[in-house]
Amino acid sequence: MSVTEKSSKAAKDFLAEAEEILDQLCSDLGVMSDISEDGECNPDALNSVFRGAHSLKGLAGMFGFAGIQELSHNLENLLDSLRLGKVKLGSGVMNILLDSLEALGTMIRNLGDGSAEEAPIEQLVARINSAVAATDESDSDNLLSCLGLPASLLNALTEYEEHRLLENLKKSRNIYSVLASFSLATFDQDLAELSDALRKSGEVISTLPSVGANIQSSIDFEILFGSAKGLEEIAAAVADSNATLRLLGSSKSPAGSGKGASGSSAAVAEEALPVEAGGSSSLPAESLITAKSMSRTVRVDIGKLDDLMNIVGELVLSHSTINDIAEKMRQSGYTGMLAELLKAAKGLEKKLNELQKGVMEIRMIPVGQLYEKMGRIVRKISKEQGKKVDLKTFGADTELDKLIMEDIADPLMHIIRNAIDHGIETPGERLAAGKSERGAIKLSSYQKGNHVVIEVEDDGKGIDVEKVRAKAVEKGLVAATDTLTDREAVDLIFLPGFSTSDTVSEISGRGVGMDVVKSNITAVSGMVDVETSPGKGSRMIITLPITLAIIKALIISSAGRFYALPITSVLESIMLEQKDVLTVERKEVIQLRESTLPLLRLNRFFHLDGEVAPSANFFVVVVGVAEKRVGIVVDDLQGQQDIVIKALGPLFDGVRGVSGAADLGDQRTVLVLDVGGIINEVTKAGGQV
Amino acid sequence: MRRILVTEDSATMRSLLISTIESCGDYEVVEASSGFEALRLLPREHIDLIITDINMPDINGLELIRYVRNNTNYINTPLFIISTEGREKDVEKGLSLGADEYLVKPINPVRLQELIFKYIG
Repeated sequence: MSVTEKSSKAAKDFLAEAEEILDQLCSDLGVMSDISEDGECNPDALNSVFRGAHSLKGLAGMFGFAGIQELSHNLENLLDSLRLGKVKLGSGVMNILLDSLEALGTMIRNLGDGSAEEAPIEQLVARINSAVAATDESDSDNLLSCLGLPASLLNALTEYEEHRLLENLKKSRNIYSVLASFSLATFDQDLAELSDALRKSGEVISTLPSVGANIQSSIDFEILFGSAKGLEEIAAAVADSNATLRLLGSSKSPAGSGKGASGSSAAVAEEALPVEAGGSSSLPAESLITAKSMSRTVRVDIGKLDDLMNIVGELVLSHSTINDIAEKMRQSGYTGMLAELLKAAKGLEKKLNELQKGVMEIRMIPVGQLYEKMGRIVRKISKEQGKKVDLKTFGADTELDKLIMEDIADPLMHIIRNAIDHGIETPGERLAAGKSERGAIKLSSYQKGNHVVIEVEDDGKGIDVEKVRAKAVEKGLVAATDTLTDREAVDLIFLPGFSTSDTVSEISGRGVGMDVVKSNITAVSGMVDVETSPGKGSRMIITLPITLAIIKALIISSAGRFYALPITSVLESIMLEQKDVLTVERKEVIQLRESTLPLLRLNRFFHLDGEVAPSANFFVVVVGVAEKRVGIVVDDLQGQQDIVIKALGPLFDGVRGVSGAADLGDQRTVLVLDVGGIINEVTKAGGQV
Repeated sequence: MRRILVTEDSATMRSLLISTIESCGDYEVVEASSGFEALRLLPREHIDLIITDINMPDINGLELIRYVRNNTNYINTPLFIISTEGREKDVEKGLSLGADEYLVKPINPVRLQELIFKYIG
């Protein structure tokens, strides 16, 4: 990535985050203004607004957007005074806040449009400053000492937390210390439960973590908590947790003077608010609502897209039902509105296709995002191994379904680890073998029909086929007498319980073998192949469907049942006569052009009752994923259809060869065949079909 | 390889910090997007340098520092505060809790790189 690309990407990131912060600010400000009606404002909302302004200032400063930085800096000052009680929240201050947010919005939007950042902020800054100038510094009497808290704890409180502590003391509330110990694995949840229980009876002022009894597995928290309620009541409220409760000091004596001080500060602040008269008179809420979005991106939960995709799928089914009805009308000789109906159905189909394509495109993200992570991993592992490795990437623009991308990240990482760990030699070995000192890993992606192929190629020593054979025999995975081609032997690395490394290294020895890599890839209907050439390197080829959500399928019937075959894995269908079928090693095969193709009969594969009487002529659908092929014997081809694959649920997890079920739209439900799984079973050594 | 924990809730700021760190040498960056995430990471990982923001949603950076300095594994681990607050009392407070350096945002990348080099080479 060049420097300019980097900085324009950074500017985009800035816009997206700044916009998020601004949205949050607007909604928090709404909460604040609601509560300010009765004089008290929600401290959590106010604090959240303060943090928003603070983050925005930091971000703008980093990117040198001086105007935004200056305004958010002044805004932050005002909010800080507000939350520290130095300025009281009145309608004048609220107007200043709203106007400032609007101005910030305008400036950020202008950046997004590429126009200059300029906006007249001097007047706003002046208004803010005069509001802040009305602060009251009389808050200095130190009531905290009577609590008997250690200095190190008081020091860790922010100014704001200190202020809240003082406020609670001034209101004659009791201050409690709540000590709790949690497991490191679940502490955020446990802590949230405890805090929620406490908040029902008072205010959580500060949450201080400290080292638990066992540093590795536990963590302690001390919560400072203010409440008007007595010790026994609080104890009852947290009875479910294992927290210990302690009432700190006595909060009675300073109460009177505290009240007087806060009263006078409020008065001073109110008096100093005439600035509001000069403020904008337009309704601030309205102008915020009309503010348009600045960065042209939205962040969406992928679940929502899944729902949308499902609805599109159902619509496609409804459409085919309409087509069926039209077809039945035609057959029964009804011609009344038939032409109109067919025309409308055609129009619907066209729009549906566009909708489907549109939703699909939203889900797609470039694989380049994966590359960035892999780059870090390569650097890290090659350092650890003392090897010199360059990562070269190609096809970063290739797009893939977001969900598939997430599921593929870990397997891909493991393949790359393996390539460095087992494939690339040490610099010394490489020089001795006449190679350059630095090894190379090539990571490339490209689209191939309805699939995306990701390849990881290294220029290392390749896989030692003899070693793999010997290891497989030693582990009892194959018999010593089995004759395997080199290709079959290399595939043994995908078997569970296989690892060629004599000494398990830290890198590859993390309990994940190539079998797990393979099953993770298979889980997203993908396939993984390996090619190797001794001394020159290996190549792992991952073939993935572009998306999982909706697919075209070929509906077939076999032995009296209907099945759906994903069209992406159907290569061709051919008609055969019984005499074309040969038997090799008790397996049925046919000769297809130059190669031998194993045949699969679904009734035998699924162990269904009733042998089908062989007919003279029958169809064979040739399916393949990656480089492997199988012919499925079928009785009839029912045509193509769009289907939405629905999961069968955990009960059917163990069933091989089925990836789900689909509704055909005419109240028929069929099983969707998992071609990758079937091919694996069939081509596995000794698999009986 | 030296490992640096970066605790910062703003994703943009975090990625800028990470690229600054990674461009200055062979450091591995461990990211935490909140104080809680840092609390969970610290006992499990070996960390050579901690960089933390102050203003964060769950626990603040000062509370994190107090935890770190009470954890026997991290008593002497270098710790930098990176904050937008540059007032004298903020800096004093941070350093008194046991931070080694206090950097005010916006960060000067060269300064940060020099400090990293100074503390963990």
